[in-house]
Amino acid sequence: MNEAQTTSLEEVFNRRIDAEEKIEPKDWMPEKYRKTHIRQISQHAHSEIVGMLPEGNWISRAPTLRRKVALLAKVQDEAGHGLYLYSAAETLGISRDELLDQLHDGTAKYSSIFNYPTLTWADIGAIGWLVDGAAIMNQVALINTSYGPYSRAMVRICKEESFHQRQGYEILMTLMKGTDEQRAMAQDALDRWWWPSLMMFGPRDDESPNTAQSMRWKLKRKSNDELRQAFVDQTVPQAELIGLRIPDPALCWNEERGHYDFGEIDWDEFRQVVQGNGPCNRERLEARRAAHRNGTWVREAALAHAAKQADRDSLRKAI
Amino acid sequence: MTAAAAPDTRTLADFVIGMADNDLILAQQLGKLCGHGPNLETDIALTNISLDLFGQVRSCFQYAATLLGNGATEDTIAFLRKEHEYRNVLLVEQPSLDFGHIIVRQFLYDVFHHLLLERLQFSADETIAAIARKSIKETAYHVRFSADWLVRLGDGNDESRARAQAALDHLWPYADEWFLPTAVESAAAAAGIGADLPSLREPYQRKVAAVLREATLELPADTHFRKGGKQGIHTEHMGYILAEMQSMQRTYPGMQW
Repeated sequence: MNEAQTTSLEEVFNRRIDAEEKIEPKDWMPEKYRKTHIRQISQHAHSEIVGMLPEGNWISRAPTLRRKVALLAKVQDEAGHGLYLYSAAETLGISRDELLDQLHDGTAKYSSIFNYPTLTWADIGAIGWLVDGAAIMNQVALINTSYGPYSRAMVRICKEESFHQRQGYEILMTLMKGTDEQRAMAQDALDRWWWPSLMMFGPRDDESPNTAQSMRWKLKRKSNDELRQAFVDQTVPQAELIGLRIPDPALCWNEERGHYDFGEIDWDEFRQVVQGNGPCNRERLEARRAAHRNGTWVREAALAHAAKQADRDSLRKAI
Repeated sequence: MTAAAAPDTRTLADFVIGMADNDLILAQQLGKLCGHGPNLETDIALTNISLDLFGQVRSCFQYAATLLGNGATEDTIAFLRKEHEYRNVLLVEQPSLDFGHIIVRQFLYDVFHHLLLERLQFSADETIAAIARKSIKETAYHVRFSADWLVRLGDGNDESRARAQAALDHLWPYADEWFLPTAVESAAAAAGIGADLPSLREPYQRKVAAVLREATLELPADTHFRKGGKQGIHTEHMGYILAEMQSMQRTYPGMQW
């Protein structure tokens, strides 16, 4: 294909995106579109499965049977999200095994929030409320993204995430209605998770290089700072309603802007965690690698058995 | 045969709790594996089984709590007993050493569990019968899942076969305890509420043998069967399972979560 043909294909492609048409796996797409989508969808998938670890840490210690079942179901939903997202990425011509290799060798990223530890039961509430809440802000916009399989995965994921968010908030609400010790546990969780949650929206707009291209492809519909502001505006009243204090002395309502003003994120901490120096980066990656390594013989056995079955079937047909 | 008089409430509660303790401890063990499976599909499937079992536990313990009264709840029963008060068989507390052990433990229990529920769906106690009828569909799926995997591992490659056989050699001695009735189980069986447990041994061994044949695995010879869990005398693994499971309720007594 010569350059002129590629240019005209790309024009048609761009017009389709502008007209809100979905791009499907077999459609022509620019190489950069394909690569960017593999990167973003697989990062999202990795975040789901690494995200199972901090919450999974409390399944065995959940305080009641009702909470245990709800948490187990939530973590299972995340495995399901990982599965749809890997499948969506596979439609772009890469295998799940390749994507997992990228996660395990450290070349692929996942959401840094999961490199923070879950130290108390209240952290399970804080993750549901804040982390799933922040994720929804990003993901609702992606329901209308241009790539069909990703957009459709988002519809289902968003429904489940918003259920998780309510569940997390309800855990904290219950703690705030409980004893002094329980209220302190809830406040401590918010103190530790608030700033990492704001970091989930990524660098400030003036330091976010991919935004323009991603906006064009509808991989992004609002900028990092707009989403972060929307999250703060939504979350502050929810905290106040149950008596939690946001750990930010600079936080105040700005009548003129119609938004909350809030303090500066510790961008040095943000960079450190992205670079692998967060509290649990090594543990998370090692847990994923160990699961994969310990499962190798199981996956090989399943393949060996399937091959034997196929041989037997063809033998039976031949007879 | 005329059924004996209905057992007293305490005996009935003990019967329901003892039955569900197997599900509780196995579900707890499976829950801990969530996020660490060989692939996402098996992770999701084992979590499903764990969720089914916890669901069955909750139905049983809620029923037992109404029988016991006196402030008992599903959570006081699940979390606030001493080790010797748990009546699960030793099999379910055995550790998840590798996927072979996880599948063999699951298969050996699932086959028994399904046979038990087949009987309990006709229990003279309506609540037990209703719980069994609901659970039996789930448990039929558990048997299918664990039997399929056992065949895949046994009839897979050399390594998987060796691992599955090692797990079977290790766990088979725990696969007879459930046929030995306690006084509570005998009373429940006599009243038409429980099952005649020794009569399940023959169909159990037949089903296990059929799957093992397909899996090209062999039962160990001259097995000395282990027992004691149903009397509350557990293995050393049990203390750690409970320490973890009970930690919140023990650290923060009497709080709402």
